[in-house]
Amino acid sequence: MNFEEHAAKPLLAAAGIDVPRGRCVTTADEAARAARDLGPVIIKAQVPAGKRGKAGGIRPADGADEARTAAAAILGMDIGGHRVERVLVEERAAIAREYYAAVLNDPPSKGPLVLFSTLGGMDIEEAARTDPARVRRATVDIRAGFDRAAAQGMLEGLDLGDEAAAVADVLVRLYAAYRGNDAELLEINPLAVTEAGGLVALDCKFALDDSGVKRQPDIAPKGTPERLTGLEARGQELGLRYIELDGNVGVLANGAGLTMTTMDVVRHRGGRPANFLEIGGAAYTQAKPALELLLSNPGVKSIVINFCGAFARTDVMVEGVIDALDELEPTVGMFFCVHGTGEKEAVAMLKRRLGVEPFDTMDEAIQAAVEAAR
Amino acid sequence: MIVRGEDKVLVQGITGKQGTFWTERMLEYGTRVVGGANPKKAGITHCGVPVYASAREAMADGGFDVSVLFIPPLGVREAALDAIEAGAKGLVILTEHIPVHDVMYVLAAAREGGTRVVGPNTAGLVTPGECFIGFMPAFTGSIFHAGRIGVISRSGSLGTLVCLNLVQAGFGQSAFIGIGGDPIIGTTTREALETLDRDPGTDAVVIVGEIGGSMEEDAAAYAATMTKPVAAFIAGGASPAGRRMGHAGAIVIGDKGSYASKHAALSEAGVSVLDTPSDVGKAMARALQH
Repeated sequence: MNFEEHAAKPLLAAAGIDVPRGRCVTTADEAARAARDLGPVIIKAQVPAGKRGKAGGIRPADGADEARTAAAAILGMDIGGHRVERVLVEERAAIAREYYAAVLNDPPSKGPLVLFSTLGGMDIEEAARTDPARVRRATVDIRAGFDRAAAQGMLEGLDLGDEAAAVADVLVRLYAAYRGNDAELLEINPLAVTEAGGLVALDCKFALDDSGVKRQPDIAPKGTPERLTGLEARGQELGLRYIELDGNVGVLANGAGLTMTTMDVVRHRGGRPANFLEIGGAAYTQAKPALELLLSNPGVKSIVINFCGAFARTDVMVEGVIDALDELEPTVGMFFCVHGTGEKEAVAMLKRRLGVEPFDTMDEAIQAAVEAAR
Repeated sequence: MIVRGEDKVLVQGITGKQGTFWTERMLEYGTRVVGGANPKKAGITHCGVPVYASAREAMADGGFDVSVLFIPPLGVREAALDAIEAGAKGLVILTEHIPVHDVMYVLAAAREGGTRVVGPNTAGLVTPGECFIGFMPAFTGSIFHAGRIGVISRSGSLGTLVCLNLVQAGFGQSAFIGIGGDPIIGTTTREALETLDRDPGTDAVVIVGEIGGSMEEDAAAYAATMTKPVAAFIAGGASPAGRRMGHAGAIVIGDKGSYASKHAALSEAGVSVLDTPSDVGKAMARALQH
C-alpha cells in the first residue's frame, strides 16, 4: 500500500528526521492561509504517482496571493491518471546540496537493502547509470539491524564534508522507521543539505507491505487505497481478487498462476480476457459469489471455468459454480476444464446437474469460449 | 530441495483443520511424518504421531529432518525460528500473507543455522512414488507419476497443471519443487534449478514462472550453463502492469518484472519458452530425443 507524501513524512518526523513545516489542504484559500503562516513555500500536488514536478504539480510561491494562484492551478489537475484533490504547502528552505536515501526489501539478497547516493533528485537506477561511484548499497542482516558503524561504513569515501555524521544519523533513523512500520520501501529523495546546515527530507515515499497491514493498525488507514472499479470493489468486499480488463471472455480459475495463464491462453487464441478472478487457497469455497461477480460484468460474452485442484477441491468449486448458475440462469456460454483434487466428483456433478462434459484440456475449453464470444 | 522418502517430517500446526487433513494425506502417501508440534496440545497423539510442545522438543525426542508449517501468518516467525534452532535441515513454509520483514528474519536465521527454506506461500514439494510435503495432490495418478523431469513452480495450481500435462504426454516427474508466490522466498528459481541440475534422477527441467521480480532472469543465467534441457512457461503475459495478480510477488512495476524481459532472458539462454502449458509434453519430447 502506497502513501502520499503528506502521509509518509510524519513517519520520518516520528523517527527524528527533519521534515519541512507544512500543511496539507484541499482549497486554494487554505493554501493562501498556510503560506501566510509559513513564509516562502512550495506547493505540491498529493497523488500516488511520480513525476509530479514534470507534470506541473509542484510550484514555489511567495506570499498568500501567489500561493492561492499556484494551489488553484494544481488542484483538479490530472497527474498520471490521478485527479489532484490535495496539496501540501511547505516552507521553502535554501538548499545547498541534495542526496538520496532509501531502505527497501531486496529479493536478491533476501533482506533489507540501504541505498544512498549524492545524486539527489534523481532516481537510484538513473544515478547508478550516471555515476556509479556516487551510489552506495548496503545489505543488512535484519537480525543485527543497521547501526551507526554500518552507516559510516557504507558512506566511506563519499565526500560528504561536515554532513557525514548527520547523514549516517539519518540513515540509522530511516532504517528504524522502515523496520518499525513494516515498510516495503521508505525513500527520501531528495534529502537536502540546507544553506543553514542540517539535513531535511524534502520528499518521502513509503510503501507499506500489504501483509504487514494487519499489525500496523495506526498507520494503515492513512495509506492510499488501490483504485478499484465498482466491480473490483465488490470483489474486495467479498474477499476476492478481481481485476477488470476490457475483454469479453470471462475467466474463473483457482490460484494466481493458473488464472493468469488462463488469461494468457485466451489472448494466445485470439480472444480478449475480461478479467482476472481467482478463488484459490482458502477462497475456494467462494465459487458462487465469484461467478455472480463475473456475470454482473455486462461485457462478458462467454466464460472459461478452469480448475486444477491442489489445496482447492474442484468438487467444492464446481458445486459453487452450479449453485450460482441455478440461481442466475445466465445466457452466456460456460466452458469447463476440471482436473486435480476432487476431479471425479466434480465431473460427475457437472454431468448430472448441468448435462455438461468438461473439455479435456484448458486450450480446448478456451478455444470454444473465444469462439463463443465472437 | 528434493524431499526423500527417508526424510523424517515434523508438522508444526498439526492439530488444525488443514494440518490434520494434509498430515493424513501425507501419511497415506508414504511421507515419513514422525510427529507434530503445538505448544497447547503437547503430549497427545494426533494422526497417529506424537505431538510435541516445540520443534526443539521433537528433535530431542526422536529427531526430524524437515519441518512443514501449517501456521497462521503472524505465528510463522516464532515457529520457524523454533525449527531452525532445533537444527532442522529443511523448512517448508506454506503460509501466505506473512509480513515480509518476518520472512527476511527467518531466512537470515536459516542461513546461519544451515536450514534450507522452501516458501513461503508454496503448496509444497512432491517426489512422486516417495513422499510429498504440503498440500499437493501427489496421490492423483493423472497428475504425479514417478519419472525424470524436474518441475519448479511459483504457483501451486499452475504447477499442478504442468505436471498433469507432463503425465498426459507420457512423462513423469523426478521432483516437484513449489518455490512459492511471495516476493522474497527461501529457495529461488535459480537455486531450485541448481538442485535439479545436480540431481542424477533428473534429465530435464520445466520452470513455471510468472511476472514480477527477476528470479526467471537470474535462473536464465544459470540455465545457459546447463547441459540438461530446460523449458519454461511464464504466466502473466496478458496481465496489466501495476496490479498485483493474486500472488504478492506477481506485479510488474514500470518495466521491471515484465513478461517480455523474462521471455527474452530465457530464450537467449537457450530455454524453450512455451506459449501454453499444454505444449510442455511436446517440448520435452523434442528436447529429450537428442
